[in-house]
Amino acid sequence: MPTIHFQGKDYPCSENETVLDCLTRQGETIPSSCRSGVCQTCLMRAVSGTPPPKSQESLKPTLTAQHYFLPCICTPTGDLQIALPADDIVQRTAATLVARERLNHDIVRLLLQSQQDFDFRAGQFAHLSRPDGLIRSYSLAGLPHTDGLIEFHVRRLPGGAMSTWLHEEVAVGETVQVTGPSGNCFYTPDNPDQGLLLIGTGSGLAPLWGILQDALRQGHRGPIHLYHGSWNPAGLYLVNELRQLAARHPNFIYTPCVDAEAGSGDTLGRADLVALGALANLKGWRVFLCGHPEMVRNARKKAFLMGASMKDIYADPFVLSAKAA
Amino acid sequence: MAANLYEQLGGAGAVDAAVDIFYRKVLSDESISHFFDDVDMERQAAKQKAFLTYAFGGPNNYTGLDMRHAHAHLVARGLNDDHFNAVAGHLQSTLAELSVPAELIDQVLTIAESTRNDVLGR
Repeated sequence: MPTIHFQGKDYPCSENETVLDCLTRQGETIPSSCRSGVCQTCLMRAVSGTPPPKSQESLKPTLTAQHYFLPCICTPTGDLQIALPADDIVQRTAATLVARERLNHDIVRLLLQSQQDFDFRAGQFAHLSRPDGLIRSYSLAGLPHTDGLIEFHVRRLPGGAMSTWLHEEVAVGETVQVTGPSGNCFYTPDNPDQGLLLIGTGSGLAPLWGILQDALRQGHRGPIHLYHGSWNPAGLYLVNELRQLAARHPNFIYTPCVDAEAGSGDTLGRADLVALGALANLKGWRVFLCGHPEMVRNARKKAFLMGASMKDIYADPFVLSAKAA
Repeated sequence: MAANLYEQLGGAGAVDAAVDIFYRKVLSDESISHFFDDVDMERQAAKQKAFLTYAFGGPNNYTGLDMRHAHAHLVARGLNDDHFNAVAGHLQSTLAELSVPAELIDQVLTIAESTRNDVLGR
């Protein structure tokens, strides 16, 4: 009979018993609701062992790739070590600032040298904490570097505690803590001929820059359309790199978007309107949305109504922390 | 042994095919879309999927009380028979779009209809 390892304890499974029933029977309370593999409330991750495919098939490919499964419909065929998403095992490393370069008037590229291995998929994000404990999340930028360098693109927010520190105060040679990675916004090669629509505003380009390179290096054949928006041309960045990439890959099309109505302090670009106006129908497309939360929310709904399947829409809104008192 | 309704409809695959179509119709219907405004889209889609599984005669653990509690805050905002009818109508047209035989559509709608009083808190 398989055994379930959870939070340091062992739970032997009875014959044909689901993981959820096994834990509940032995006094462990796991969040659950429909108990039929639909609502995903009981979602957990298999840290080791292989859950049967039936307990994964309704999940998005990015969750399956990270070994998530649904315990309520999982009848294990072997031992499993499992974790709740909330207290999942994360990687932690100290990382030293190696370089900071200006990408445009309000975005810097930070290169950090990690002292331990830090593995992630292009498009995920990590938590940065500074010595006094202040912690914020930032998307990991670009493809993972091979030499332990971790890259972030950080936009300076007016009054932003962490972004001001990262832009102006932290010096090369200083150390921060990086924990993670988190996030389900990354490329999976399950459908190499489908169209990929990537829409980002501001530093939302950072994860998209990684996702599109990841798709290209994994041989994605379908069209890859990137729309990056800013309310004025100065807010765009990586323009030359993206143009060169487009020149080398016929299936990659880069469209920088500028909101013509300058003067509004709002940085919401019109990249989403341009992007969603360019295609009549998004049936069969996979959509990645990163950046301003309102853009992400509106574009997500619009993309869905235009025919993209819920399972193919990946949203990564950059939600701002509330200002400190 | 005759297959049950859920199996005849095509099981989980049928629910998957139906949920996006159904949810799109609901979101595009201005008479009811405001009930979905503050809800996270993916979570809402999961609930639609659970509802369709139930309406297709599939495995579920709903009780009348669950339906009652889940919709109580919407009833407080004015949820009424017209809204219920609109959603049932979208369920019907979704199944028709998927070429489900009329007799099976009727069975699904009967199950959906059985939730009216719980959903509307009567």
